[in-house]
Amino acid sequence: MSMAHPSAVVNSRQGFSLAQYLTCGRGIVWREALRFLHQRERFVSALVRPLVWLFIFAAGFRQSLGIAIIPPYETYIPYEVYIVPGLLAMIQLFNGMQSSLSMVYDRETGSMRTLLVSPFPRWFLLSSKLVAGTLVSILQVYAFLAIAWFWEVEPPLTGYFTVLPALVLSGLMFGALGMLLSSLIKQLENFAGIMNFVIFPMFFASSALYPLWQVQQASLPLFRICWLNPFTHAAELIRFALYGKLDPLSLAVVLGCTAVFMAGAIGAYDPARGLIALRRGPGGNG
Amino acid sequence: MNSALHDLRLYAEPRTPWPGAELALEVEHLSHSYGARKALNDVSFRAGAATFTVLLGLNGAGKSTLFALITRLFNAQAGGIHIFGHELRRQPGEALRRLGVVFQARTLDLDLSVWQNLLYHAALHGMSGREARERAGRVLAQVSLGSRAQEKARNLSGGQMRRVEIARALLHGPKLLLLDEPTVGLDIEARADIVRHVRRLVASEGLSVLWATHLIDEVADSDHAVVLHNGVVRAQGRVSAIVAAAGAQDIGGAFHLLTQGAAGGEVGE
Ligand SMILES: Nc1ncnc2c1ncn2[C@@H]1O[C@H](COP(=O)(O)OP(=O)(O)OP(=O)(O)O)[C@@H](O)[C@H]1O
Ligand SMILES: [Mg+2]
Repeated sequence: MSMAHPSAVVNSRQGFSLAQYLTCGRGIVWREALRFLHQRERFVSALVRPLVWLFIFAAGFRQSLGIAIIPPYETYIPYEVYIVPGLLAMIQLFNGMQSSLSMVYDRETGSMRTLLVSPFPRWFLLSSKLVAGTLVSILQVYAFLAIAWFWEVEPPLTGYFTVLPALVLSGLMFGALGMLLSSLIKQLENFAGIMNFVIFPMFFASSALYPLWQVQQASLPLFRICWLNPFTHAAELIRFALYGKLDPLSLAVVLGCTAVFMAGAIGAYDPARGLIALRRGPGGNG
Repeated sequence: MNSALHDLRLYAEPRTPWPGAELALEVEHLSHSYGARKALNDVSFRAGAATFTVLLGLNGAGKSTLFALITRLFNAQAGGIHIFGHELRRQPGEALRRLGVVFQARTLDLDLSVWQNLLYHAALHGMSGREARERAGRVLAQVSLGSRAQEKARNLSGGQMRRVEIARALLHGPKLLLLDEPTVGLDIEARADIVRHVRRLVASEGLSVLWATHLIDEVADSDHAVVLHNGVVRAQGRVSAIVAAAGAQDIGGAFHLLTQGAAGGEVGE
């Protein structure tokens, strides 16, 4: 056993300054933004998916689905207007799954390793990564809102500002969920699996496509599932915020889920837990 | 059983490179399993400062697992690691900032330029602005790729990517550099180039290097070596001492003797 390590005492300054933390966090965000700019296909497909829903699905159902006046809306609204908040949440869900899972499975293999070998505390690195992913998802959301505006989805102008905090929260929640899944799930080795087992169920069993009271009339068990689904609450938080209103229950659920998912993700990547050791993980042997 | 090998461990085990020398890396009684498979079994060795230490082992020996533990991707189930005296678990930040790593798998961000890759790494070590740019320029020039800075990493050849990865690993001025099979997949010239570059850094800048490989011709007689086989350290010490203790002609012969026969099982300890 080695007991004495004299060099530990004489070595240079310890720890990092606040400025260095900022540098590190900024660097992580900067890289994510660069990747986003360089991957135009990813951006385009992130937009095409919700636009297809808006242009085709919603337009088709416009006649058959009337939406009664429910908060936060104050008038009758066309179906397109109703599904937009759910589509915004979907953009963020996709982004969260994609950025976290690509870290582990796709071409990006190894970038997680590069990140984790940084001397900054791991919780800080992972949180920065989440913030970066959230910012990218918000860019996508605003691009979508801009296009939707031409499709006569015109929330009040102030709504574009009041929705921002809601987007930050839901972006963090989905990012943390993706990060947690990326560390825990061994079977879902590809994005198709995530689509089938995470994205579709979360999206369909939610208030994204139909108001919850309609679901309740149709099926009580389904209503319960929708109600327990965090996606519902992210969509509702965004829906209310887009009209300058706050849904306290949704806020509480989204905050709670974000905290739980984040703690879970940070715990899962904790070197002591060794969960990432259990599978052929980030860049081990390529 | 295996008594000759057992003896060899004793022979070649002057653990400290030389008395009183500063230690770059100290690995003590490290064990790690993936489920039921034991990847490392009571591994102990030391690497001196300003020394080129070769970690020699066949496929599956446990080299990458050892690197994952030293870089704190996950903690070992048993044992301890010190990097320049800093215990990895208790002072991870202090240990990791002294460490530079080139992983076995390529880890450059292919969509970014070489320069952006370097600046990202600098940020991950808390460096920005002029300091980061100066250092990035210097390490890139060292590997003779200064003219390719603005190109996308994707456009580089395998050997050039490796050189950029080495430059990146040195960017924050680490004192210990880990390289996991850095020359795999490169042609003879590119290989020699990289070996020469890293050896020069040891000689001229006092860098400590742990070089994992299964390629005998990358080992020099004056190096220190650790022979790892099936997760067990089979020999360590100066290469010439290992060769002599194994009663072999050269390190190739010694490596062959040390790594045969024990496939699947553990060496009697
Ligand atoms: N994530 C993992 N899950 C299960 N077993 C693993 C995992 N990673 C490594 N192993 C096993 O641990 C042992 C050591 O593997 P390791 O990758 O450390 O060897 P290596 O010396 O780097 O080999 P190579 O020269 O092929 O890179 C092998 O038997 C390998 O199959
Ligand atoms: Mg390996």
